[in-house]
Amino acid sequence: MTTPVAVRVWEGQIRTVWNAWRTSVALSMTQPFIFLAGMGFGVGALVDAGDGAQSSLGGLSYVQFLAPALLATTAMMAGAFEAMWPVHDGFYWRRTFEAVAATPVSPRAVVNGLMLWWTTRVVVGVGGVAIALVVMPSTRSWGIIPAVVVSVLCGLGFAAPIASWTATRTSDTPFAALQRFVITPLFLFGGAFYPLTALPGAIRPVAWVTPLWHGVELCRSFTVGNSSPYGVYVHLGVLLAWCVAGYLACLVTFDRRIRR
Amino acid sequence: MPETVLTQPAETATATAPVVAAVDIRKQFGAFEAVRGVSFEVRRGECFGFLGPNGAGKSSLMRMVSSVSPATSGTMSIFGLDPRTSGSQIRARMGVVPQTDNLDQELTVEENLLIYGRYFDLSRAECRRRAKDLLDFVQLGDRAQSRVEPLSGGMKRRLTIARSLMSKPELLLLDEPTTGLDPQARHVLWDRLYRLKEQGVTLVLTTHYMDEAEQLCDRLVVVDRGQIVAEGSPAQLIREHATREVLEIRVAASVVAGIESALSSLGLRTEVLPDRVLLYSNNGEQTLKDVHELGITTLSSLVRRSSLEDVFLRLTGRTLND
Ligand SMILES: Nc1ncnc2c1ncn2[C@@H]1O[C@H](COP(=O)(O)OP(=O)(O)OP(=O)(O)O)[C@@H](O)[C@H]1O
Ligand SMILES: [Mg+2]
Repeated sequence: MTTPVAVRVWEGQIRTVWNAWRTSVALSMTQPFIFLAGMGFGVGALVDAGDGAQSSLGGLSYVQFLAPALLATTAMMAGAFEAMWPVHDGFYWRRTFEAVAATPVSPRAVVNGLMLWWTTRVVVGVGGVAIALVVMPSTRSWGIIPAVVVSVLCGLGFAAPIASWTATRTSDTPFAALQRFVITPLFLFGGAFYPLTALPGAIRPVAWVTPLWHGVELCRSFTVGNSSPYGVYVHLGVLLAWCVAGYLACLVTFDRRIRR
Repeated sequence: MPETVLTQPAETATATAPVVAAVDIRKQFGAFEAVRGVSFEVRRGECFGFLGPNGAGKSSLMRMVSSVSPATSGTMSIFGLDPRTSGSQIRARMGVVPQTDNLDQELTVEENLLIYGRYFDLSRAECRRRAKDLLDFVQLGDRAQSRVEPLSGGMKRRLTIARSLMSKPELLLLDEPTTGLDPQARHVLWDRLYRLKEQGVTLVLTTHYMDEAEQLCDRLVVVDRGQIVAEGSPAQLIREHATREVLEIRVAASVVAGIESALSSLGLRTEVLPDRVLLYSNNGEQTLKDVHELGITTLSSLVRRSSLEDVFLRLTGRTLND
């Protein structure tokens, strides 16, 4: 009986990435809880007490507004992280991809296996948030299930394009810059902590064209039923576009790097 | 380019088709051509070597034979298949030992083999069985559960070889298998390679050690600056390109400058190296007497059999390990 080749790459990734990066992974998993505790309850108490808070948050309490969005932000963090250091590791430090290249596994199968692995990684990462959503009565809903699916798309929407770029790098120095100047600002300006309408109009387009805000909107509307002003299909379309474009770019850059 | 084309005598080629057949292979990295029109054939069951100095293009050739890196031009056939279209099928039947170990340092010795075996679609049980046998074969059985990172260089090399054998390959590619190993570790490795050859595995290796090439290779090509400059068995190459014996002398620094013209009356091929002078002769002792009769004082002298190093020097005007 043969196992699909991408599944075998995924198996290898589980062993290698987990061994090397489990500390970072474990730390990244604690992040949403810190935010939920600090922002959700601390800031939430202030926000909910303010005049007109309910209406500007679309009738939601602050915890209801924030908690589902953390599915998307956590997915972005996990996806972006996985696409940088561990991918660079595979090409450059430990050269796992070089070793794999000498086996029947093709560069395309490596990319497919990584897509599977990133999916796993995102599901594990958002799992903690999903549990918190189930535990809190105000956010408990069947909609958490599609929201987790959306967060996978959001995670892949970051992982795939970033990994395609990582495959063209020979040093890990630009990763810190990407983290600092792209991922962290998106985290803050992606509509997770306050509605996009609270931002100056000039910044909003950044949220419109990147995956995070679309993931945030979908996770929120699926879980706490806050109907988004933009259609579900538009959000899904943008997320899928990033995933597909990133995947296609990975096929090209991984092939070039591995077979150079 | 044209003088590098090797033609196999028809009678040796009839029994079995060559395992590797390469015709006018080139490899370009940007504007730089690392491999410049190389043709060769590897026969089933033989040990075939690429001997050449740093930067000759040996690793680039190996990566093309391993069907990972495509040639810029030329045609290659491995097991009768085209690496451009059948890379996966070819790699399934081949083992590769790269120049620098790419073992997973974070994993255990055994895990490295298990993961690798899975890439060849072996079942987990089969991977475990083969890993156990192979670790015994390379004398790492007692280290199966230890992490790779603290292993010595020789152990890592043996583990990389064990890993390359997980798929029971018909063809094994070894890029400088013993570089950086101490003499004892080299001999252990050579012994293992002999055994594989006995079992019918075709070996292709690169080296810049003459003794390794002489010990292991049935046939080899000398590569220099991306081209083949000679080919044959080690003995054949020595016969064709060197004399029976070599006289090595050391002389005072003040004498070195004029030594070449001083020795010219002997009518022998001479190589003046930074640290010694080589004279190619069929009778080294007699030549030493002749040198002394010319009034040249030698600080030390040595008569030895000629080696592939001399062949290389003759063909390229340079020593191999400069
Ligand atoms: N990926 C690459 N990009 C650019 N140049 C390369 C690349 N790989 C090899 N080269 C160049 O090609 C030439 C041949 O390199 P190669 O590694 O094949 O030599 P080699 O014979 O294996 O040398 P060594 O004995 O040092 O291992 C060198 O000049 C090297 O710099
Ligand atoms: Mg090399």
